[in-house]
Amino acid sequence: MKKGELFGFLGPNGAGKTTTIRMLTGVIKPDKGTASIFGYDILKQGLKTRQLMGIVPEMANAYIDLSAWNNLMLIGALYGVSKKQRTERADSLLKKFELYERRKHAVKGFSKGMKQKLLLCMALVSEPQILFLDEPTSGLDVESQRLIKDTIREYNANGTTVFLTTHNMDEANQLCDRIAIINHGKIAAIDSPERLRLRSSGLQSIEISFDKPVKTEELLSIKGVEKAAKMGDKLKLYVDETSPVIDAVVDYARSKELNIITINTLAPSMEDVFLKLVKES
Amino acid sequence: MENNLWEKFKQSLAIVDKNIRIYYSKGPVIIFGLLMPFFLFLSFYIGRNTPIEALIPGLLGMTAFFTATSVGPAIVPWEARAKTLERLISSPVSLRTIFLGDVLSSFVFGILVSVFPVAASLLIGVGIANLLLLCFGLVLSTFCFASFSILLSAYPPTDNIATTMMLSSMIKLPLVFISGVFIPLGELPVWGKTIAAISPLTYFTDLARYSIQGTSYYPIAVDILALIAFTVAFLFVAIKIHEHTILKRL
Repeated sequence: MKKGELFGFLGPNGAGKTTTIRMLTGVIKPDKGTASIFGYDILKQGLKTRQLMGIVPEMANAYIDLSAWNNLMLIGALYGVSKKQRTERADSLLKKFELYERRKHAVKGFSKGMKQKLLLCMALVSEPQILFLDEPTSGLDVESQRLIKDTIREYNANGTTVFLTTHNMDEANQLCDRIAIINHGKIAAIDSPERLRLRSSGLQSIEISFDKPVKTEELLSIKGVEKAAKMGDKLKLYVDETSPVIDAVVDYARSKELNIITINTLAPSMEDVFLKLVKES
Repeated sequence: MENNLWEKFKQSLAIVDKNIRIYYSKGPVIIFGLLMPFFLFLSFYIGRNTPIEALIPGLLGMTAFFTATSVGPAIVPWEARAKTLERLISSPVSLRTIFLGDVLSSFVFGILVSVFPVAASLLIGVGIANLLLLCFGLVLSTFCFASFSILLSAYPPTDNIATTMMLSSMIKLPLVFISGVFIPLGELPVWGKTIAAISPLTYFTDLARYSIQGTSYYPIAVDILALIAFTVAFLFVAIKIHEHTILKRL
């Protein structure tokens, strides 16, 4: 990872994403290998590296018997933030994440979204140089997801390096400078989202809808179509090159007396790229 | 941040603050820390002709012992289950700092509660021959028992609070009966005195008996040195075991 980067870490369940984060954040010890954060060895200089981090773990782990405010004060104190600074930061973060009115309430009464926002506040109260975010928007409503994504962008724009794991491909695509795809504990690919797409040229597709039902098997006979799938009232054709296939599809429609209602060419989605790379690895 | 000793101590105090806010209102704390010594005392006092002065050292010993060891054993498994242990370990705080915080919170709780029997003794007119020595002994032994409390949670590395509390009770209760709490050490048979020597509670009870009644079995210097030695040993062994087992709890 580069300093200041917003780095996505994707992989199927059990690929090793959370294990990687837990190793980097000092929760578990690696069997072998080395890693350093801003030049500090994570094993030999664990306290120094952890001082630089803010962490939103996969499992919510705020103290549920403490209030939101006391959770922030505790984390601030553990990170050596002065009382004045942690009070100011807690004030501002709780207001930003709309938790200020509930600051004196025990966290056990918070919804999942509120707990997740509080975890992000706890990660940010020390103004870390690097943020480790393990599925930070998982299971949240759209509004909360947007607030968290905007905050991640804002901190990254101000220089905070971000290490993000997510299952949401759109989120990775929208947020990340680079993405690594991990499978069975090994990196399958690492590049910018657009370059990953370009590397997957075989995944370009044409989305088409006709005025009458058409069997997907018939479209597979068109030259250049590698795969065809029904997507609601549309058909999706996976192709190597779009132009010759469009001509062939138009000819097919004429020959069958079908009218084309819509036709669109689509670049491969991150989901397509992800599935292809995971399969290949 | 310059992570010097003072900064580490402040981190430990943050842990103390957290522990006091979270754990001291829990059921096990109230049962094992407060009610147990009170009822044990009553059961040995009522119906016996023993003068109150002879029983106060035992009551003090039990109170300090049970209160200072009531929270410590529960904290680590509790936090492991709540996934907050992972939060602490991933923060820039060493295990020693975390456990110092746990010991200090048990110490504070032990001292605060133990003040009551001392004050009650003074109020009902129990003569205390050497109050300063009693207070010093109380502080030293409460810290020793607080250190013992983190040893009680060191093994097995479980997140099951009931398991830890059951095991710690299995160790704590017999210690009360072998430590000269109810019967002065001098009146115990030789085998009783030998067994009593392995319990840290013995030395505080002996010291308290000297402070109140003016007589003790061991020289006071031995009581003090034994309590210091037990404290060092408990801290050293507990932290070593926790360092080896803590990741198994996550």
